[in-house]
Amino acid sequence: MKDETIICRCEDVTWGEIRQALEKGYTTLNEIKRITRAGMGRCQGKTCQSILLREIAKYCNKKIEEVDVTTFRPPTKPVKLGTLAGDNDD
Amino acid sequence: MIKKADIVIIGGGIQGCSIAYNLAKKGAKNIVILEKNTCASGSSGRCGAGIRQQFGTKMNCILARESMKIFETLSEELDYDIELNQAGYLILAYTEKEINQFKKNVVLEQSLGIEAKMVTPEEAKEIVPPLNLEGIIGGTFCPTDGNVNPLYTTFGYAEAAQRLGVKYYPFTEVTEIETEDKRILSVITNKGKILTPIVVNAAGGYSGPVGKMAGVDIPVYSQRHQILITEPIDPLWKPMLMSFSENYYFQQLPDGGVLGGYGDPEHEIIGDNVGSSWQFSRTMAKKMVKLVPILKEVHMVRQWAGLYNMSPDAQPILGEHPQLKGFYMSVGFSGHGFMLAPVTGRLIAELILDGKTSIPIDKLDIGRFKRGELICEPSVV
Ligand SMILES: Cc1cc2nc3c(=O)[nH]c(=O)nc-3n(C[C@H](O)[C@H](O)[C@H](O)COP(=O)(O)OP(=O)(O)OC[C@H]3O[C@@H](n4cnc5c(N)ncnc54)[C@H](O)[C@@H]3O)c2cc1C
Ligand code: FES
Repeated sequence: MKDETIICRCEDVTWGEIRQALEKGYTTLNEIKRITRAGMGRCQGKTCQSILLREIAKYCNKKIEEVDVTTFRPPTKPVKLGTLAGDNDD
Repeated sequence: MIKKADIVIIGGGIQGCSIAYNLAKKGAKNIVILEKNTCASGSSGRCGAGIRQQFGTKMNCILARESMKIFETLSEELDYDIELNQAGYLILAYTEKEINQFKKNVVLEQSLGIEAKMVTPEEAKEIVPPLNLEGIIGGTFCPTDGNVNPLYTTFGYAEAAQRLGVKYYPFTEVTEIETEDKRILSVITNKGKILTPIVVNAAGGYSGPVGKMAGVDIPVYSQRHQILITEPIDPLWKPMLMSFSENYYFQQLPDGGVLGGYGDPEHEIIGDNVGSSWQFSRTMAKKMVKLVPILKEVHMVRQWAGLYNMSPDAQPILGEHPQLKGFYMSVGFSGHGFMLAPVTGRLIAELILDGKTSIPIDKLDIGRFKRGELICEPSVV
């Protein structure tokens, strides 16, 4: 994969940035997300999480199931603060 | 894994990493950090990383001021951009009692060279235009307070420490601490045993159990603390908004998301649960929408939780345990352990290597609870 390839569209994270984090020894999904912000964007990883897992697995010579996803929080649908606050006029 | 070390630090959060870096910078060798998960996986990677100098006791003002001095040049020092954003803290007052306390705080802060000042509601609105002033009767503002990226700061310390020779072992959990004649002998982990004369307990929310492993009772407990973030939006305002009586803190970060939480000591779960609750996001949304009404159209995208490690006076417990030689503690930071880490890490390193510190921290010893000399800090959430 080319360094310029965008892995996470929401946060504009390229493969190059992810590769650098991997090279520094950060090989869990959690760490990669935290360092590069990949998966932390508006869609909360819906688009990029599977690509991310696949590429980490490939880099580490692991199976996708073996990549550490410790505290994975499933992406929820974004909610308006006004709705949460009980203000239903939207 | 190595078999022998001069200093073993338990916990690879901001405290452990800052202590390790400062020890190595002062020339210490054979330092090891043991982290049961990954770097910054505990509270340090979950916190708001707000850093303020506005406190109500002289000691906290001095510690916070010195910490801020370190933050100001930390990106260069660690060769890692920690994204320092000195956008200020606007602390709002809702009662006369609060105003009176704030006046005292500001006199103290100014006498110590901290740039805080009182503001009227109108001045508050000039600083934060979308503010709804309902109920607000004044406040204080310190323009040099701010925030950093907590992950980058912790990674920065960890990487700089490793460049100076510190060994960082992730996924390595300490399960036992062996002692003899009131001295430390070794730590036992899931990956083997390390002989060491010195252990630093920097285990955050797990510092109580780590104390028990060494046979000492540390009067701390952990309590869940939640936080949420919105989608990025156009710039609306910059400083942290905070209130002690109305109980909230939130801020628009430089990348546009609004991040914040509140303390709920009465209802929040005690222990190490870091799950999230709906009740939190609803209450927090109410607080945010009330103060900055325009936020009602903004989407929350994520919420999470971490642990406050609480001591009886919500102040840290620092120093060597009087009954166990070589057992140092840097624990019990409650809600302000991130902002203090640059300075406390330096001071703990001084204490271990020189036996004395350049800023007095003897009042923060574990003995204060027995002596009945609790610290009364009026300005904490
Ligand atoms: C939601 C939230 C918001 C906050 N906001 C702020 C803020 O704005 N400003 C501020 O200054 N502070 C804030 N805090 C407080 C701050 O996060 C903490 O005080 C600080 O991060 C503590 O750092 P630490 O290194 O002691 O703990 P941690 O970061 O929790 O590190 C302790 C580490 O020890 C490891 N560990 C535990 N037991 C073992 C073991 N047996 N063996 C090996 N490793 C072990 C853990 O895995 C963990 O990584 C907030 C906290 C929360 C939860
Ligand atoms: S594409 Fe990565 S968070 Fe949306």
